[in-house]
Amino acid sequence: MEVLGLLMDGVFIALDPLNILLMLVGVALGLFIGAMPGLGSVNGVAILLPATFLVPPASAMIFLAAIYYGAMYGGAISSITLGIPGASTAVATTFDGRPLALKGRADLALVTAAIASFVGGSVANILFTLFAPPLASVALDFGDPEIFALMLLAFATFVGLGGDDIPKTLFSIFFGLVMAAVGLDIMTGEPRLIFGDITGFMHGINFLVLAIGIYGIGEMLWTIDTTRGNLTMTEAVLSIDRILQSCKESMRSWKGTAIGSFLGFFVGILPAAGATPGSLMAYGVTKMVSKNPKEFGKGHVGGVAAPEAANNSASTGAMLPMLTLGIPGSPTTAILLGGMVIWGLQPGPLLFQTQTEFVWGLIGSFYISNLFALLVNLAFIPLFIWMLKMPFTILAPMIFVLSVVGGYAATQDMHDVWLMLIFGVGAYLLRKLDYPVAPAVLAIVLGPIAEPKLRQSLLFSNGDPMIFLTRPIAGPITVIAIILILLPLLKLIRDKFKASKAESQA
Amino acid sequence: MAISRRHILGMAGALSIGTMVAGMPGTAAAWEPTKPIDFIIMAGKGGGADKMARLMQAIVEQEKMASKPLVPVNKSGGSGAEALIAAKGANDPDHTIMVTLNSFFTTPLRQPKLGIDIMTFAPVGRMAEDTFLLWVHKDSGIKTFEEFLAKVKAEGNKWVMGGTGKAQEDELLTEYLNINYGLKIKYVPYKGGGTVAKQLAGKHINSSVNNPSEALGFYESGDVVPLVSFTAERLPLFPDVPTLKEKGQDFAYGMQRAVVGAPGMSDDALKYYQDLFAKVYASEKWQKYRKDKSLFGDELKGEPLKAYWDAQRERHRKMLTDMGAIK
Repeated sequence: MEVLGLLMDGVFIALDPLNILLMLVGVALGLFIGAMPGLGSVNGVAILLPATFLVPPASAMIFLAAIYYGAMYGGAISSITLGIPGASTAVATTFDGRPLALKGRADLALVTAAIASFVGGSVANILFTLFAPPLASVALDFGDPEIFALMLLAFATFVGLGGDDIPKTLFSIFFGLVMAAVGLDIMTGEPRLIFGDITGFMHGINFLVLAIGIYGIGEMLWTIDTTRGNLTMTEAVLSIDRILQSCKESMRSWKGTAIGSFLGFFVGILPAAGATPGSLMAYGVTKMVSKNPKEFGKGHVGGVAAPEAANNSASTGAMLPMLTLGIPGSPTTAILLGGMVIWGLQPGPLLFQTQTEFVWGLIGSFYISNLFALLVNLAFIPLFIWMLKMPFTILAPMIFVLSVVGGYAATQDMHDVWLMLIFGVGAYLLRKLDYPVAPAVLAIVLGPIAEPKLRQSLLFSNGDPMIFLTRPIAGPITVIAIILILLPLLKLIRDKFKASKAESQA
Repeated sequence: MAISRRHILGMAGALSIGTMVAGMPGTAAAWEPTKPIDFIIMAGKGGGADKMARLMQAIVEQEKMASKPLVPVNKSGGSGAEALIAAKGANDPDHTIMVTLNSFFTTPLRQPKLGIDIMTFAPVGRMAEDTFLLWVHKDSGIKTFEEFLAKVKAEGNKWVMGGTGKAQEDELLTEYLNINYGLKIKYVPYKGGGTVAKQLAGKHINSSVNNPSEALGFYESGDVVPLVSFTAERLPLFPDVPTLKEKGQDFAYGMQRAVVGAPGMSDDALKYYQDLFAKVYASEKWQKYRKDKSLFGDELKGEPLKAYWDAQRERHRKMLTDMGAIK
């Protein structure tokens, strides 16, 4: 096994004292950056990139990759404890993580998130080590029709996300798609829906602005409304016993973890996708195959495990096209790619041959960073639980401030802060009227990927939609997606039919 | 943490310079930035312009060329419209500079409503001109520009050129080929040059007009083949690739990589930034990058840079009119 030999060399390089120190600092910093709403791995890596010129390129890359890793763990923390997604990659974690925390099971959610992240990262590392070059060619085979088919599949898995009210779910999806259409239309080069000439809309509506608005502000208003500020997390106690018990319980979510690990990796290696769609899709699929899909959204452990396994797995996966093709699979890897250029490395098909030490040192560091991130995260859990013991009257203003900071940090534009507040109030009202909001979040993430792919594909085929059915990879994916979309409708019709039959019999 | 320490050091530095200057009567104090400098990037994170901007920032930082840090801010909205408006409306033009590309010319032409006059921007320095080549996949079997023309003619409107953005550099070049050689190439826009390179390597598109830095990885692995360069002279990195000029067209096209100051910048501040980026230009790292990525275009600043902008603007006006993007 030549690969094993190279990997051992890589681990050896990664175990250099300087690199170990950088990894520890990196995952701890990443954890913090990921946990801060609005600041995600993109910001962390971009801010710290210049700081890495003091060390050799391999160490610099290991440091930045450790931040990336840590941020994937950290994103879950504020999603669970505060209900504000710490990073875009952790939005799906709020769906079930927050309800778990409200039930007093924040410890279970946090432990599950940490373990699922570790498993996801490990699975991805092994896949990466064994199959990097062949997988790179798979990524190349995915053209525009294939990516669009995959996005269609993602939407299909989410039709059921909003519960049984299909018209309200569709409304939410379409609302998200309209929000996603705001900004520059890359196919015509013209700005769309910018409300006259409001410049703030030119960069489109940042997904985090919507997500923080809905989950930070909206959730805060909702909690104030329902509890009148008397919310207390009764069971937010912690002991070694509880953690061990949580470990045991979280093992039961293995299905979600497994789905997240593999799906996340696969979505991660596709250029244009990245960890955020990966985690959302993993959530959707896990819910779909679950025996009690109704439990999801109300505090199902699998709903925490799947997206957390997926976002770690996808972040490793996104490194693959970056290193082998020179194409970033996520915004963060785009910055890492920039860093490599500054260090004088040429990412691309030849990197594995010309820069063996760099590549394998980095891969070796993935394994070690992953372990460090797990340990650092577990060590900090008591602190996060303690935060939850604060009365809500103190927590609510903190959530508000963090949301405002997060809304500003994403684009550094006050326009987005106002927008976020409007979304927050809007989400609260929609929730009062019993509309699901998660599908809107999904749509604003996947819309900007799906729309250009749809139009590029149709340009190829001169407007013929059969292109999605006749291509060898796109075809089957599209068919599965269409079946999944029709499934709940068929079920609905069948139920209605049965009900009317029962009535006529009665 | 790193920033705060640098702040303190910077402040200490400024203070000591201040005392030194105060101690030397008769010497006019040169303008120095008094706070971190907003460094607007007219493109999204991770793109070609962004990489170059971050390299400049890294050089300034590493060689400690400025007493205050450059703070990169990406404003990619509206093909640069967002960046242009942000620079135009900057509160403190003396501390606002911007990295520009050719959308500096095309976006104000296409969107006159923005009310941007590029001649009001301060001419800090052109750091390079990026070059363009015509690329095809090696499996197409095409080895020369003539074979390319014959093949594209035979394919009619089925030939697909992928490029970055709409009515920007890549489409202008595609339209140039269509108009001057009677071709019917179909243009499909993508978000960034890296994606275009990947689409060509995956054979999803037939050709591209990538910059060398975007296609280099797949060129070195032998997946893609350059046919012709849109430059006045052959590129040192691709000595066997002929120029379009050699093929009988008097045409060369480059992408400006220039740093500009916000409108309203004082002359003293402009002088400071011109000197700063002259140092960046002369640095070993920048020169190596220029060589590695096959960049053209010598340093330009002040009035010559403005004259260059004027010429470029008129040229883009004509190209955009020819392709029907503006009237």
